[in-house]
Amino acid sequence: MSSKRKCSPLSSIGKKQIMGATGLLLCGFLVTHFVGNCTLFLGPAAFNKYSHALTSNPLIYLAEAALLGLFLAHILMAIKLVIENKKARPVEYHTYIKSGRGGTFASKTMPYTGIIALVFLVIHILGLKFGTQYSTTIDGIEMRDIYKTTIEYFQDPLHIVFYIISMIALGIHTSHGFWSAFQSLGLSHPKYMPKIQLASKLFGLFVVIGFSSLPIFCYLQGGH
Amino acid sequence: MGGNSTDTMSLNLKVWRQKNNKDKGQMVDYKLDGVSPDMSFLEMMDTLNTKLIKEQGDTIAFDHDCREGICGMCSMMINGQAHGPEAETTTCQLHMRKFKTGDTIVVEPWRAKAFPVLKDLMVDRGAFDQIIAAGGYVNVNTGNPQDANAILIGQENAELAMDAAACIGCGACVASCKNASAMLFVSAKISQLALLPQGAVESEARTQAMVAKMDELGFGNCTNEAECEAQCPKGIKIENIARMNREWFKGALGSRN
Repeated sequence: MSSKRKCSPLSSIGKKQIMGATGLLLCGFLVTHFVGNCTLFLGPAAFNKYSHALTSNPLIYLAEAALLGLFLAHILMAIKLVIENKKARPVEYHTYIKSGRGGTFASKTMPYTGIIALVFLVIHILGLKFGTQYSTTIDGIEMRDIYKTTIEYFQDPLHIVFYIISMIALGIHTSHGFWSAFQSLGLSHPKYMPKIQLASKLFGLFVVIGFSSLPIFCYLQGGH
Repeated sequence: MGGNSTDTMSLNLKVWRQKNNKDKGQMVDYKLDGVSPDMSFLEMMDTLNTKLIKEQGDTIAFDHDCREGICGMCSMMINGQAHGPEAETTTCQLHMRKFKTGDTIVVEPWRAKAFPVLKDLMVDRGAFDQIIAAGGYVNVNTGNPQDANAILIGQENAELAMDAAACIGCGACVASCKNASAMLFVSAKISQLALLPQGAVESEARTQAMVAKMDELGFGNCTNEAECEAQCPKGIKIENIARMNREWFKGALGSRN
């Protein structure tokens, strides 16, 4: 074998490792986003102050750019992988069934659950971040009343249903993606892998239950 | 064997027929009576071919060699699964008792861009040879044989290397993968060498070279479904793919060029 190595980041393994690393970082974003949004439960002042602290910090642009970079890398790599994988089998089987011992519903539907999550992301940002603007004054500081926007937004049952369906899709996506990232990055060990796979399922469950609780809470605040 | 006619089965077979690499090919229906449950799947195919010869037809081409489950030549997609429905079993070791009379059995060749169909159920698996030629070996300095115990190998690594070396290179992993990825095969070959001291030295460069060749040949990318592991007749674990990913990453980080 040649001593000159051919290690393009766009080799089959490079692409998977980019998918895995960006996916794990996006999972990290989900956790911080959820923890931050839990200030909703504490009332308008806490949520608005949290939101103001985030958006008034100039570093937010850097963070948003990094986040956009992660999403773009993850999505573009996914599109490239899907196209290449389709090409790798130009003639389909007449009959093709899974053994039932390998792939799961989550692993089989990754591109679809990913697309749902992406559509959700766009609608979510348009509806809330770029949603109705109200302002309020807390502790003498004028700031955006994002709490009011959020509560108002989730008075529409359609918004809630779409949100929960999207979170179910994202939960399914991450329940495969989380452990899959460890496998792609080569972090597999017979002792730890079953625990990582369990953690992956729990993470998916956390995404569904944790995030779905937010719009339901908002809906219930509507009458007050 | 010794069964009588009441023990035999009648089967409806749908078999992929393709004259050559240029032909478009199609599924052809056959009816076969007198199939003993004790026959292997390949013996059933032999019986069908005997019938075709008697009827002046063209026999169905399929790969086979040892018929003992160790050569890796047999390669049929049976009812949508590589080597048929039984776990850790090659087509030659699959017995007709797994089917029942009246069953319709669909038989197809492996489907992958890198495995072009040569004729009927035979595919060209030369791509695997090219991957091995790219780095699936150890550059040995020849000389006098060393003392048997000069290089000590831990039991665990010896076992893991042997498990990886159980790969017979049949291509069921590629056939069963929804992306026609060859990662289980390549990772088994990388692992069997990486786990032993003689092979470990060149492991990173080997991984880079074999993965680059694998990509060049048009195999798909792994999506960690583990369908390859589930349908591998030798039970090769996807843990090997993780090892390959690790070796590749180490090589990519440490590369000077």
